[in-house]
Amino acid sequence: MSIEVRNVWKHFGEFTALAGVSLKVETGRLTALLGPSGSGKTTLLRIIAGLEFADASNDPEWGRVLFHGEDVSGVPAGKRGVGFVFQHYALFKHMTVAENVAFGLSVRGRSTRPSKKEIADRVAELLDLVQLGKFGGRLPHQLSGGQRQRVALARALAVQPKVLLLDEPFGALDAQVRKDLRRWLRSLHEKLHVTTVFVTHDQEEALELADEVVVMNQAKIEQVGEPQTVYDRPASPFVIEFLGNVNRLTAGLAKLNVPARDVLYVRPHDVDIRRTRTGEHDLQVRVLHVFSAGNYGRVTLQRVTTGEPLEAEVPRDRLRELSLQQGDEAFVVFRHVRLFPKGEFFETDVPEQATALAADSYSI
Amino acid sequence: MAKNVSTLAYVAKHPRRRSIEDPLWLRIVLISVALGFVGLFLIVPMLVVFAEGLSNGWSAYLRTFEDSDAQAAIRLTLLAAGIAVPLNMVFGVAAAWAIAKFEFRGKNFLTSLIDLPFAVSPVVSGLVYVLLFGAQGWLGQYLAAEDPWLPWLQSWLYDHDIRIIFATPGIVLATMFVTFPFVARELIPLMQAQGRDEELAALTLGASGWQTFRRVTLPNIKWALFYGVILCNARAMGEFGAVSVVSGHIRGETNTIPLHVEILFNEFQTQASFAMASLLTLLAFITLVLKSLVEWRHRLAVEAAAASVTRQFATK
Repeated sequence: MSIEVRNVWKHFGEFTALAGVSLKVETGRLTALLGPSGSGKTTLLRIIAGLEFADASNDPEWGRVLFHGEDVSGVPAGKRGVGFVFQHYALFKHMTVAENVAFGLSVRGRSTRPSKKEIADRVAELLDLVQLGKFGGRLPHQLSGGQRQRVALARALAVQPKVLLLDEPFGALDAQVRKDLRRWLRSLHEKLHVTTVFVTHDQEEALELADEVVVMNQAKIEQVGEPQTVYDRPASPFVIEFLGNVNRLTAGLAKLNVPARDVLYVRPHDVDIRRTRTGEHDLQVRVLHVFSAGNYGRVTLQRVTTGEPLEAEVPRDRLRELSLQQGDEAFVVFRHVRLFPKGEFFETDVPEQATALAADSYSI
Repeated sequence: MAKNVSTLAYVAKHPRRRSIEDPLWLRIVLISVALGFVGLFLIVPMLVVFAEGLSNGWSAYLRTFEDSDAQAAIRLTLLAAGIAVPLNMVFGVAAAWAIAKFEFRGKNFLTSLIDLPFAVSPVVSGLVYVLLFGAQGWLGQYLAAEDPWLPWLQSWLYDHDIRIIFATPGIVLATMFVTFPFVARELIPLMQAQGRDEELAALTLGASGWQTFRRVTLPNIKWALFYGVILCNARAMGEFGAVSVVSGHIRGETNTIPLHVEILFNEFQTQASFAMASLLTLLAFITLVLKSLVEWRHRLAVEAAAASVTRQFATK
């Protein structure tokens, strides 16, 4: 079931949570709403679920939520056919795990309610699916965080939702459990193919898990695209800064039609360190700190002319070859840079050109 | 080194950390003051109530309750509490629900309004009802009016001889007013702390409002609700000021237990008066026992939860 949101505005008092957001989610996709806190992602999810409602508007086309082309803006949450998983699980504390999962089926009217036996079978099936087959008799407080999250998911799936919505599903878990659960959710999605939207502020989570990432900032959508696209071709300074580490440097080139003093973005892994000058535009830097863990070493540098800090990620072998010491002088070349002059997008993969964009010789 | 060892030995022998403890004499003084205060102002009066009530022997004590006026007072008290407490339970849950789960204009005003009966002297609240429903009040003026609106209502009130002040309805109203905050005040902080997520989860799973309340909200608040209800009941049965103003002190008709106690005492029937008073004292005991039970149960539940978590981590 596809989801469409049309021009949704939402205010909480003076605060604007959503400023004219439109979005389409295709059937069967796993979509991440990614953004910092306060960016409106949770509000958007709750509006899709019917737990919040968009601001009323004179234009009937505004603030609509459509499921499979059908307008559900006025349909209450319980009738939309959505499964919602809350950030803090919101399990019913006084009910056992099995009772929690059975809840959605047991509250149905007499005519549509499955028999006790059918409910019990369905619950057992779902608990197996979330690998909690033996935990049906436990109370929620007797479970770990990851287990509770899985119960919440089973409970949401019990009503056979056409859309699954998850609010910060791994937000309250520790790192290892997060990773396991993330992988598990991906495989569950492969199995069930329910249209799923989840909210997260963790870019790694979004990029690793989702088919499509919706990057949100300050009540607006910044970019929608596949993880590789939003990472490699970020549409705005916000997206590049939010997704992964990035260096900000002052650009200083008029020659390439880039306004002077614009900001230039370089990923740490696109910074190539050399001990000697190799080209006329090489940037002169000083080594502040070297740290290596795993396959890559992290080098903190300082640009000599402007004092700007600069992070570089260097393969371990290369780092050994360079044998950098704190205080050493070195030179860097950029493999790839991005600029966003006047809302437009400019990038280059030619190292000479890339470095030249920041080069001292062209600084004004 | 030797000093270190002796310090260790000392710590082992005296596991409590002396440095953060108050000196012995201070503890003794503080505890005696607290106990002395409780004894003098709470326990001694309670004992006096029973001692005076039983001063003429057990049979005289029981005879007090054979008096028809006494029985009428007990009945009226039970009736007033029996109406006021359930109604306040419903109002209290509704008010707490509205305040804890919804955002609306005037919420803070409503919250302070709920506390109004605590802030106003009970006598004043009784007088308000006299002003509203008394013979000189709005209702009296309506009944006396020559050309009232809704004439059928006026004749209906006449025909059925509906009276509020100096009658049971007034006593029930006054009791309700005075005991209104108890249930709501117990529930609001709890419901605010619990948030709305469980209710919203129930709604997304297709539960109706009533199903959500009965199967999700109520189990979460039942102990606080019970606690509020027993406090509300204790106050409803013991209320004196407001009820005294609207009652009119008609023996056998509009006297509640506290009012009957006063009448007996003023007539120098000390023993009978204290015997009646002992009923209210017993009620206080029962309330305290129930209150401790609720708290004990609650603590057990919390400890069980904590223990199960510990067990889980131990097995991991």
